[in-house]
Order: sequence, then C-alpha cells, then structure tokens
Amino acid sequence: MLNYVMRRALLALLVALTVSFGTFALFYFATDPAQTIAGEDAPQEMVEAIRVQYGFDRPITVQYLDWLGGVLQGDFGQSYFWKQPVVELIREHAKVTLLLAFSALAVTILIALPLGISAALRPNSWVDRFALSTAVSAQAIPNFWLGLMLIILFAVTFPIFPVSGDSSWRHYVLPALVLGASSVPAVMRLTRTGLLDVMGSDYIRTARAKGFTGYRLIVRQALRNALLPIVSVLAVQLGNKLGGSIVTESVFSMNGLGRLAVESIFNSDIPTVQSLILLFVLTFVLLTLAADLINAWLDPRIRMG
Amino acid sequence: MTLKETVNQTDLAAPSPHQEALGLTPGQAALKRARHHLGLQLGLGMLLVMGVFALLAPWLAPHDPYLQNLSLRLLPPAWVDGGQWHYVLGTDHLGRDYLSRIIYGARISMMIGLGAATIGALIGVTLGIIAGYFGGWLDQAVNFLVTCQLAVPSLLLIMTLVFVIGQSITVVIFVIGATHWVFYLVVTRAATLRIRELDFVAAAGAMGASKWQIAVKEILPNLVNQIMVIFTLEVAVAILNEATLSFLGLGVPSPIPSWGLMIAEGKTAMFFQPWLVILPGIALFVLVIAINLLGDGVRDVTVTNRRS
Amino acid sequence: MSTESLLEIRDLSVTLPTDSSALRAVRGVSLDLRRGETLGIVGESGSGKSMTALALMNLLPPAARRQAAAIRFGDDDLAAMGEKDLAGRVRGRRIGMIFQEPMTSLNPVYTIGRQLIETMTIHGGTSVAAARRRAIELLEKVGLPDPASRLKQYPHEMSGGQRQRVMIAMALMNEPELLIADEPTTALDVTIQAQILHLLSELQRELGMAMILITHDLGVVSRAADRIAVMYAGDIVETGTTEAVLSAPRHPYTQGLLECVPGYREASARRLGSIPGIVPSMTGEIRGCAFAARCPRAVPRCHQEDPPRRPVAAGQSDGAARSFVCHDPEETRGRGFAGGDTATGPAIRRGGDSVLRVDDASCTFSVRRGLFGKRKPLRALDRVSLDIRKGEVLALVGESGCGKTTLTRTIMGLQTPDAGTVTLAGRPLGEQPARQRARLIQPIFQDPYSSLNPRQTIGDLIRRPLVINRLGDAREQRARVHRMMDYVGLPSRVFNSFPDQLSGGQRQRAAIARALILDPEIVICDEPTSALDVSVQAQILNLLLDLRDELDLTYLFVTHDLSVVRHLADRVAVMYLGEIVECGPGEQVLNRPKHPYTRALLDSALSIEPSLGVPAPDLAGDFPNPMNRPSGCPFHPRCPLADQRCRQRVPATETLDGTLVKCWKADTPPPSGPLDVRPDHNNKEDAAP
Repeated sequence: MLNYVMRRALLALLVALTVSFGTFALFYFATDPAQTIAGEDAPQEMVEAIRVQYGFDRPITVQYLDWLGGVLQGDFGQSYFWKQPVVELIREHAKVTLLLAFSALAVTILIALPLGISAALRPNSWVDRFALSTAVSAQAIPNFWLGLMLIILFAVTFPIFPVSGDSSWRHYVLPALVLGASSVPAVMRLTRTGLLDVMGSDYIRTARAKGFTGYRLIVRQALRNALLPIVSVLAVQLGNKLGGSIVTESVFSMNGLGRLAVESIFNSDIPTVQSLILLFVLTFVLLTLAADLINAWLDPRIRMG
Repeated sequence: MTLKETVNQTDLAAPSPHQEALGLTPGQAALKRARHHLGLQLGLGMLLVMGVFALLAPWLAPHDPYLQNLSLRLLPPAWVDGGQWHYVLGTDHLGRDYLSRIIYGARISMMIGLGAATIGALIGVTLGIIAGYFGGWLDQAVNFLVTCQLAVPSLLLIMTLVFVIGQSITVVIFVIGATHWVFYLVVTRAATLRIRELDFVAAAGAMGASKWQIAVKEILPNLVNQIMVIFTLEVAVAILNEATLSFLGLGVPSPIPSWGLMIAEGKTAMFFQPWLVILPGIALFVLVIAINLLGDGVRDVTVTNRRS
Repeated sequence: MSTESLLEIRDLSVTLPTDSSALRAVRGVSLDLRRGETLGIVGESGSGKSMTALALMNLLPPAARRQAAAIRFGDDDLAAMGEKDLAGRVRGRRIGMIFQEPMTSLNPVYTIGRQLIETMTIHGGTSVAAARRRAIELLEKVGLPDPASRLKQYPHEMSGGQRQRVMIAMALMNEPELLIADEPTTALDVTIQAQILHLLSELQRELGMAMILITHDLGVVSRAADRIAVMYAGDIVETGTTEAVLSAPRHPYTQGLLECVPGYREASARRLGSIPGIVPSMTGEIRGCAFAARCPRAVPRCHQEDPPRRPVAAGQSDGAARSFVCHDPEETRGRGFAGGDTATGPAIRRGGDSVLRVDDASCTFSVRRGLFGKRKPLRALDRVSLDIRKGEVLALVGESGCGKTTLTRTIMGLQTPDAGTVTLAGRPLGEQPARQRARLIQPIFQDPYSSLNPRQTIGDLIRRPLVINRLGDAREQRARVHRMMDYVGLPSRVFNSFPDQLSGGQRQRAAIARALILDPEIVICDEPTSALDVSVQAQILNLLLDLRDELDLTYLFVTHDLSVVRHLADRVAVMYLGEIVECGPGEQVLNRPKHPYTRALLDSALSIEPSLGVPAPDLAGDFPNPMNRPSGCPFHPRCPLADQRCRQRVPATETLDGTLVKCWKADTPPPSGPLDVRPDHNNKEDAAP
C-alpha cells in the first residue's frame, strides 16, 4: 500500500515536471519575453539589454533549472505585467476560485447524483428519460452562453442576484450554477451506467437471493461498488474546476485564477502563465491521487493489489 | 461412410425452416434499429437541414454577411417592435444582417468541428492501437502522455497555443484537434486490449499474418463503430470549444462570422438588445444537440449483442 | 426420502421482450418436488432451465414477465406473493440458491464473513455472534480449512472452487428447505466439480433438504439427481426417475441427446449420434411440437397439433410420475437419429513417424500483481517434451492453469520458449518463416464466438489464410473456399453472411474450414467442442474424425473432457502445473493410469451412470496457484501417496508399459477405497441399455 502511494506520488511529480518543461519550451521557442517587457516599440538595444539582464540569452535548460530552483524555494518569479511576485498574485486570486470550484462541485453533486441514481434504479422509466434528456441538453448548452442567459434572466429581468463581481455570497450563486451545470452530464451519465452495471451484476443477484431488497439492497450491497467510478469522476471534475473556471470567471467578471490566467496570456506574462499551469497540474494530479486512495480504501482488490 | 455422404446426410436430415432463417447482417440490424430510434432520426434530420444551409450559404443567405450598414445598426428581429422583415433576425452593431451571419456561422462551426475531430481521431486512434496492441514500454509512454494531457486544463492550453501561434481558422482547427485525442485513445486502447486477446487474432497469427496486417485488417475494423460514436461527440465538443475560444477573443478572428464571436460582440449591447446573444446561442445549442443525438443514436444502434 | 410434497409448479411461463417480439423462454412448465428429493433439470442452452429456477423466486431480469397458475411451496403460493414477503420470508431463508459463476457471484468489496453473517441477520431474530458461529461451522462443513480466519478474507483472495464452497455455505446459513443449484460446477475444473457435487449431495442428505440441480451435463444429473426433467425450448419434454429416463428414454429429444454423449453407448463407437438443426427461436406463435423440425419421427400432425403429455405405464415402485410430451406416432416408431452406428469399429491408428517434436521446452512469464506490484515469475511450461506422430489423435488433458494453452501457443509459434526446441517437419520451428509454419500447423479454438472476426464475412474469413499466404488468384481462392465449405457442411449461401448470423455449430464449422484451407499436416484443436451444446458437440466431433480420415490429418486435441478423450484419442498426455506427468497410448493411460493425478482425473469424470453416486476424489485441496509452485513433485500437496521423497525431489520421467510417467510412486498400486468406485469402462456395454 505504501509502495503504491509512493509510486503514484512519483508519477505525479514526473507529470508536473514534464508539463512545466513543455510549457517552458513552448514559450522559449515561440515568444520573445525581452520584447514583451521592453514594449512593442522599444529600440533594439534596449531589448538586447533586457535580454541579457533577465538572462533570456542563456540556454533553455539553464533557464528552466533556474526557474525550477526558484519554484522549489517558493519563488515563482516576478510578473512582467503586474510587476509583483507571482506568488502574491496567486494568493490574491486563489480564494475566489476555491470558493467557486467547491460550490460548483456541490451543485454538480446535488443535481447529478440523485438524477443518476434514480435513473439507474428505474431504467426506461420517465425519470430515466428525463435524466437522459437533461444530460443531452446540458451537454449542448455553451457554458458562457448559459452564464449570459442567467445574467439576463436573474440579474436584469428579475434582479435577484448581482450581475458581476465576487464580493458577497450572492455573487457566487449564478457562477456556481453555471460551472456546476457543466459537469452534470458527465457525472450523471457515469453514475447511471455505473449503478446499472452494479445492479445487473451477479453479486447483486446473489444478494437478492439472500433476501435483500429495496433500500437495503442498494445501501448495503450496491452503493460501495457504485461509488468507485463516481469518486474518480468527481476528482477529475473538481480538478478541472480548480484549474479551468476561465469561462465562468470571465463571464461574471470574478477575480479568480482563471481570469488571471487569461489576462496573463493576453499580456504575454510568461512567469504567471507558467506558474499557473504548474499549479493547476499539481492540483489535478494530487486530486486524482486522492481519488485513487479513496478507491483503494473502498475496494479491497485495489488495496491489497 | 465417406465425408461426402456425411455432409449430404446432415443437410438432408436438417429440414430447412430453422436453418434457412439467417439473421440480419450487422449493417442490416443497425439499420433496422435505426428505423425505431427517434433520437437518431431527429438528430440526423436537424443536421441535414443545417448542413444544407451551411453548404448552400451563398445562395440561401439573404444578404452579404460582411456588408455593414451603419444606418441600420442593432435592428431587433422582425417579430419585435421596430424590426423589419427585410432583416428577419435583425442586424448587429455594425448593421450586418444577423440571419446571414448565423447561416455563414454554421459553415465555420461545422468546418472547425469536423476538422478538429478528424485530427484528434488520427492522433488518438493511432496511439490507442499502438499502445493497446504492442503494449510494453510503448503503452506506458502513451499512458504517461495521456496523464500529462489530462492534467493540463485544456482550455488554458488551447488559449496559450492559439495566442503563441497566432489566430486563424486553421490554427484553431489544429490546436483543438491536437488537444482532443485522449477520448479516442482511451477507448481504442481498451478495445484493442480486449480484442487482442480474442482467438481470431491468434488465428490470424497462426495463419502467418504480420503484426501490421493484424492491427489493420483484424483489429481496426472492430473499432470502427466506437470511433464513429466518439467522432460525432468530439465534433460537438470541438464546436463548443471553438465558440468558447472565439467568445474569449482567442478563436476565429473578426470579422469572420463565428457564433461564439457574435455572442462576444453582442455582449456589449446585451442589456438592451438581448437577441444578439440569444440567437447565436440557440443556433449553437441546436447544432450541438443534433450532433449529440446522432452520436448517442449511432451508439445505441451499433451495439452488437455479441456474446462476451 | 419423504413423500411429502414440497413444491408444486403449475403452468409457469416466462416471456422476455426483445427488439421486435416477445421471447417465450419458459412455456407452461409444471413440476413437482418432494421433501428431501433431488430433481435434475437438464437442457441445452436456451432451453429455459435457468429461467425456470429464477422465476420461482422472482429473481428474473427486470424486463421479464412471469405467469403461473400456482407455485405452491409448502403452504405458500409464491406466484401470489409480493416482493416484500418473498424477500423477507422465502429468499435465502426457506430457499437457498447457488449460481454458476463463483468468480462474480460474491460481492467483491465485503469480507466473506460479512456476507455470510448478513444472510442470517437480515432475516432478523439472530444475533451477529450466533450467525458468526453458524458461519464458522458451515465453512468447516463445506471443507474450507481454518474457517475463523476465512471470515476476514475477501472473495478475490480465494480460488473459484473455494468461492463456490462459500456460496454453498451462504445458501445453507438459514437451513433452507430447498436448495436451487444453477449449473453449480460448470465454471469449475473436473476435479473440483466432483468435489463440489459430492459435498452438495452429502450436505443434502445430512440436512434433509430438497434440491433442484440445473445443468446441461447429463453425467452430472445421472450421478446426483433422483429424478430428471428434460427441458427443450421452454418446456419439459420428459420426466421421471433418473434411472428410468436415462436407461429407457421415450422422447425423441432425450434419445437423441443421449446418443450425442461420447461413451454413452459404447466406448468404441467412432461416430456419435447427432440431432440435426438448431433450437428454434421461441418468438411468436409456436404451433405443434417445438422439436418436430429436428425430429426423425415427425409426422405432419407433429407440426400442427400440440403434443399430449403421455404418462408411461405404471409399475414404478416409488410411484414417481413418469411422462413425456410427444405425439409418439405409430408409423415412425423405431426410427432413430442418423449416426450412432457401431459398424465402423475402433479405427485406432498407432501413428507413423513423428511430425512434431517438443524437446525440453520451458516458458516463464513474469507476472505483475496489481498495478504497481512486484513482478513474479510464473512458470507456465517446465521442461516439456512431446512428440506428435503422423495421423494420430494426441489428446492433451489438464485443468485450467496447467499450461495447455501455453504449450499449444508454443507449438504454433505464437510463443517463443525460453529454453528447449520445437521441431516441425525436421526443422526447428524458430528457423521457419511464419507462412511456412502456417501451412503445416493450423489451430481450431474453443469459442467460435471469439475465433471468428465479427467484421468479416464467412467467405472472407475462410479465404483469409490463402490471401495472407498469397496462394492462387481471387477466383481460385473463392473456388477453394466453396469447396471447403462444402466439405465441412456449411451451406454456400452463408458465404456472404457475418459470423453473428450463424449458430454456434455453424461458426465452428467455419473455423474448421479456415483451419483446413491451407491443407495443414497438424491441426491443434483447443477445446473445440466445450463451448457447444451436447448435440452440436457430437456433430463437430463426427466432422473432425471424418475429416481426419479423409484428409489424413494429425490432431493435437486439447480438452478437459475425458469422455471426449476416451472417444477419439490414440494417445493421451496429461499435464499438471506446466509439466507432462503422464503420456502414453490411450487405452493404457485411461484404463491403467500410472500417475495419481491421472487416476484422480479419471475418478472425477462423471460418465452417465445413474446407478452410481458422485465419486469422492481422493485429492487434497485446490489446484495450486501456478505462481507458488510446490517444491519437489508439484503434485505432492494434493497427492494421497506423497511421502518425504515426493516433497523434496522432482521425479524423473520413466517408461512403464509404454507409458511415460513422472512420479516416484508410479509403480505403487493404487490404494483401495474411493478410487475403486470407478467402473470398468471396457465393459460399459453391460451398463448401458
């Protein structure tokens, strides 16, 4: 078990390193940071001076190791655009994203799990059909458009919630709904098929032959098996939300990490983009690792390897 | 008793009615199921209509989608007060006919959707078959690649790539395609792993077929159904991705009529002219739901009730 | 045996909706069962036997619909009982059930202990401690050593046989009045099958419960059941005491089915009987007798009128109802099935020169346990030597995991041995190009659903070897395919059909045609009939033997079914844990086995022998995990004869009476006791009618 955790952690580290080097290389070959810092119209000598001053003339590996060394000491570099340490930037923006991601996850769970479970327990019933058409429609609605529609509806036509910003809980209601809805189809479908598989399995038939039925059959026999895929998919969805609420944050003008990322890209703020990608990758890998550990705890076959 | 006699005898002894009744070929069975599948027919019908509009846009659009007429800016749709039937869906902030732009927008969406999904399929299916069939370190390398791809938030990656490479339709197609191959890979790899163990693959090996022949002639044909289903779903995903990208200003460059871009442009006038946002959104929704209905339908129809 | 009635089923029907119409899986079945009695329900796949059992407790798939005039169980009518009553008072409490698949029938995420205990506690009135005591007692009874620590184990830590024992213990927790066993041993190996069946019949006698044993295996019912009900196409066509039905079958289907079983009539008969055609699809209106289309005695009225149930003249001492459902037409009385003739006497050919030699081949895989576990070596083949002689049928016998498949893959060149050589036609196999090898050796696999590519038409896939080996142009190739299809009895109209459209038997014929189209010397038949129903198995065995004579083929016939071995083998090789432990002429190995494992296998084989019970094979424990090979002789932990030497030193191969044996005790006479229960198969004619 310990071995398993160690290996998974090692894999996570390797992924983070590979991805960060990949993005580093992308920027190294495709952009000219010296030009960016100097400004579009800066004279050539000034650009060259900056290039030497910031060390952009060194080979890629040296620059990468330099950056990596800083990261390991908690120094993610200086933002070219905002002219402040990236760490501070991230700290300022993280709260909004965290709040948004977790409330969105709650929305996803509250909608997707009950729908998926009731659909699986009565396949081909009206509940099932309703759940499936919900999934099909939700999958087809562009996320940013849903946000705009909710703004028109609840912020303008019926002014219940604020249009944009992130200063009170009321600001989070519509964004959480939008972001949460985006994961509903995937989670709902997986819950449904997962539970359907379990309910059709041989061991559930055994349990029924033993006298289990109704509520007890589901809670005491099926639930634990059905949870395994759900835990994994929820981890992936939470990871995506923590790293990708770009659209929602933009639509609702919230100052989270996603919006920070978009603005850094537009302003060629390489250190910030770089650090954000590393942060997102680490978050994602750690979340999936956590999901694997939960599943190992739920399922002896994984636990005992 | 000779062989010939045995055979004849078996044939004589087997009175025809039950042996005559051959089932349907897989294709016939799928068609038969399709005839009873409402979702598939609906999706296909909607897609055909939109496809015709996209193909024949120059003839079907009432106006030039790029023609600006600043005196007729921000006209509402015809059924709203102040609308004109000459501009059925109104005009945008530059006075361009909205209906024409939406019709041309279908072209952009479909082109990008099909293009990106094809590129993704080429990458994903190739890697999936390699990983599943050859296994070993190749498989591990491909798996590592997948983990990396999944760990990076895809929208952020796409935006970065488009920004770095430059904005154009071709770039958008390639970038979306190059970041959407994981689903193909995971499914093809799993299916290949399963099929690889089936006896017909061993039989092919025993008759002297090379690994290449086995991968292409024995395994690939069995993946076609699943690839088809994923392809349709990925077309929808790519279309939504393009719209999002254009909405955020990093997709198709202006003035090309992309639905996402139209929503972004309409956003500024959203509070007094909401139709500018609503209409392209509905167009997107209808197109994507039609594709998804088709994809789900194809999956339902092609499931072989094979014994496993 | 008490004569008190326990279960009365009247007019039970089950329909399953399909795409187009409803499938009538069970059509008006009526059954009686007395307390303490064992009823065997026999039928081929699709006959509705499992559906009947599931319908009793209403455990059918959700879409299925059940109808019954009455299902009287004791004082209750199960047909009229609601789900809640059924679950609370009957299932698991008064009726226990065991299923076919022990590997998937236990909940993987809970311990054995929890699953056993809850069987009692869910019905209330029992404390956990009492249930725990009962669980330990039952685990002990079903033959699992150290039962208290077993309770903490999870299903995946056990072998299939052990899991099936747990299933049995679970079904018995509440001392049910009736135990339903649905193909309880089909997924298990021969030796384990005998152990489990023996256990079941002992427990049944001890606890005085009634049992319904559902199986496709006539050997199993003949040993374990008091009475038999033969099912065909959703209905019971014949019923009576086991002895009576099996020794004097009255329904043409029962007669045909028995003729199909190798060794039922005579060990020496080279051709088996066979039932032509396939089971009709049970959709829509069924007119007349469902068997009429395949029946040699059918007359016009069989196709039009429902056949009557005919009681067989009384005179039965135990008064058991004996009846069959048939028009029993006078005019065709005495007509039987084709084949089954004994005219072609035993055509055993000694075999000529060696065409394929395996010398000291070893094969070790490294197997990873779990996703990131350590790699451990698995020795699949351990210094195996074998030679196959021109024109013979060499049977390779062994249980799952013994290395049979690795050996055949090595012989076909799909697997390279770590050590040792395979010599084909005088040259090392490794030096021959794949296509040259392909023209000498071709395989036929077990499962015709897996061995034919579902995306190729029958014509294309039979032609495939010719295309790969670039033999002839397209027109010649097609002509050869048609000729081959004719040879194996495939109608030419299936040339453009896909495998999914064909029945199991037809698919296997296509697989045979594909294997033979390159005109190979050696055909490796890997369990070619074990995925097929008995009646189809007979057709395929006949075909294989005819083809052998006609085309001068050599077969390596891999199988676990000893009645098939007895039927067709010239020589027999027995494998255990990657080694060949005994190899010699068929009659030697089968009638005078030298190795204790061979003896145990023969004891475990259940031939149709109503007068005999289930044998208790003198074998300790389960087939070991090949990852942990025992030291010394690999068989010693299970061997009744093992002593110190066997535990320490690997026996060498020696020759005794023309048989190669790998055993320290090969010359020791078998101990008396259960091993002698085995009937002398040479005098089988006396036992059969």
